[in-house]
Parts: sequence; C-alpha cells; structure tokens
Amino acid sequence: MAAWGNISATRTGIIAVGAILGVLAPVLQKLGNPGNMGICVACFERDIAGGVGLHRAAVVQYIRPEIIGFVVGALISAYIFKEFRARAGSAPIVRFILGFFAMVGALVFLGCPWRALFRLAAGDGNAIFGLLGLVAGIGIGVLFLKNGYNLGRSQTTYAAVGWLLPLVMLGFLILMLLFPQIPDKELNTILFYSVKGPGSQHAPLLISLVLGLFIGIICQRSRFCTMGAFRDLLLFRQIHLLSGLIALLVTAFVTNLVLSQFKPGFENQPVAHTMQLWNFGGMVLAGLAFALAGGCPGRQLFMAGEGDGDAAIFALGMIVGAAFSHNFLMASSPKGVGEYGIVAVFIGLIVCLGIGFTMRQKI
Amino acid sequence: MSQTVDARGLSCPQPVLLTLEALQKSNQGQLTVLVDTDTSKENVLRAAASQGWQEAGVQEQGGEYRITLTKG
Repeated sequence: MAAWGNISATRTGIIAVGAILGVLAPVLQKLGNPGNMGICVACFERDIAGGVGLHRAAVVQYIRPEIIGFVVGALISAYIFKEFRARAGSAPIVRFILGFFAMVGALVFLGCPWRALFRLAAGDGNAIFGLLGLVAGIGIGVLFLKNGYNLGRSQTTYAAVGWLLPLVMLGFLILMLLFPQIPDKELNTILFYSVKGPGSQHAPLLISLVLGLFIGIICQRSRFCTMGAFRDLLLFRQIHLLSGLIALLVTAFVTNLVLSQFKPGFENQPVAHTMQLWNFGGMVLAGLAFALAGGCPGRQLFMAGEGDGDAAIFALGMIVGAAFSHNFLMASSPKGVGEYGIVAVFIGLIVCLGIGFTMRQKI
Repeated sequence: MSQTVDARGLSCPQPVLLTLEALQKSNQGQLTVLVDTDTSKENVLRAAASQGWQEAGVQEQGGEYRITLTKG
C-alpha cells in the first residue's frame, strides 16, 4: 500500500500540511494581514466581494491574492499530478444556496473554520464557541448523510468548464494590476480598496499570491479539509484529516507565541465579538452547509481548481452571500451581531434542513 | 460472488459510505468499486484498509479507477 502513490495524502503528509499552514497564517498576519486573520477563506472572499463593489462596507474591501492563489495553485497541482478532472452537474443551484448560507453563518461568527482555529491558536476564547457550533452543524449534516442525503452524481465535462473559476480568479488578478491601490484612496476607477479596518491590512501582493499558490498546491495534494476532519470523525471514527487540523492548531499556537501574537482572553479580540450564542449559532449554520456541500470553504476552492464545477458554484455562492450579508445587515462586527444576523441564521437553518430532508435520491 | 459499487460522479463522502456499506454486508470475498477522482480512490482504499480488506488491484481507464478489494 506504499502511500498509494501520494505521500501528501498519507497520515504524515496531512500532518505536515497542517503544520505548514499553522506557520504560514500567523506569518501572513505578521506581514500585514488582519488580526488572527492570516488566512480566512470566508473573510477573504467577503473582501473580494467588497473589492469589486458587490457590497459597500468600506472596511472590508480588497481583492485578496491568497484566494486567487488557492484556486490557481490547486489547478497547477492538479495538472502536474494528472488529477485535473473537469466535472459538473451535481445540483449546482443547491450548492450555490449552500455556499450563500455558509457565508451568512460564517460572517455571524466572523470567520471560516480555518480562522476559527487561528483565532483559538492566538488566544481568542470566543473561537471556542464558534468551533463547538461548527462541530454541532457538521454533526447535523452527518445525520443527514447517514439517512441517505446526497446531491446526486456529477458528469465528466469539457476541460474548459473546470478552467472557468481559475480564469475568473486570474481576471481578478489582472484587474488588481491594471487598477492598483492608490495610497489613501478608496477607489481606483472600478476597484475598491479599504483605507481603514481589516480590508486595509494586507501582506504585500506578491507574497500573498506566492504563498496562496503554495498553499493551493499542498492542499490540493493532501485533500486538507477542516469540515471533513470533524465529519470523518463523527461518521467513520476516522482521524486522518483531523490529525492535520490538530497539527495546524499546534504550530499556529507556537508560531503566535514566537511572533508575540498570542493574547489570551475574550474581550477586545481582533475582528471578533463576544455574543457567544451567535458565535455558536452562526457556525452551526456554516458547519451544516459545509457538510451538506461536502467540503469546508478552503477545500471547495481547491476542488474548484482541480476541475470541480460544482465546488466553483459553491465558492461563487459564498461571494454573493458575503455581498448580501453586508448589504442586508446580516454580518457581525466587533460590536456584535448585525441587525438581521439572528433572523438570517434561522432562515439559513430552515433552508439547509429543508435541503437535508428533501434530497435523498437513490444512488 | 463478486459485487460492484459504482461511486463515479459522487462527491465526498458518498464513495466511502457506499463502500463501507457493501463491505459490512458481505464481510468477506471480493468487492469492486468504481470511482472517478484520485481523492475518492485514496479514501476508498483507506476505508477498506481500516476494515481489514486488502487492495487486490487498481486499474485506471479513461480517468476512472476500478478498485478491487478482497478479504478472507
């Protein structure tokens, strides 16, 4: 069984990848990314939505090169290792809606599962409630999986289908180069750039892009997935993916200590609030949506890079969900949940439960 | 009696769920699993190994994998 030809997908491989991610995220924060947000797929997609003007929350607008790197890096990796498989057609509209509400939930908590781990590793106790919510949401998803929930088969399709999201991402990069940030200006012709708040905090473009590409490559190879880590534990009693997640947590903690970024407590944590019920509730919604869609937001980007058109739709659903979250006052801020955040969580849960109960086609 | 599980086009974790279901039903003998991504191939092999089944061969054809598992 010698490693099934893919060392990064072995136990050692997934632990190594988790450990590398745990170092890189705090380093990206040191290089300029926002507090406890060295990497956050949900936050960064939200910033992209703002960067292209889909929402006008002035503090969270920046096309994040890390996200571009994740998708394009996964594409490169998939081609190098002959794993690129263009496929699509497994209930795309459902995946869009799941992506939408995954983002709504994540922005009530203020972070994707990756950021929940990085927040915890930097001492933010509020993240504990988010992570508990995530596990609870995935647990509900596991019950649906055990009862036959599935979104049906995808079909093999034209290679060009699998290229579309990577090309969209490259398009974003070209726009950033054509309309770069002008110091202290909120707008360069068509692109928005935050001048204050988290959106104004970012590592240099080239570093973000190169590290994003590198992460895209190692995560495509290792199949790193934060949702899968808990799902496989609950569903199969398997700890393969979980071992990578724990490695991430350990090295992120150590790296934060080394970089003096570890600040334990609940109050005044960066880009976080202390309304614990909704830290929990937001992530119940996000966890359920990720479980029903078969991957955490990072994993969806890596799958999109290897040709999965349905994962690409999920990612686009997240970006649109971020725009609505801010336009409709559903997203939280450090002051607490948004005016319609709580009702949004309930609507999202009803929708996701409806999807879970009604989609059980016989395979 | 050899059984076949067709998990082509199914996303995570369906291929593993279907494979485990079939493995637990037969308990020994031979099982063939069809998948169409490398991730599914790895996951199916890992799950089978955890149940004490052996890989008796993986054939690739046109981007799809035919995995043969045996036990007993």
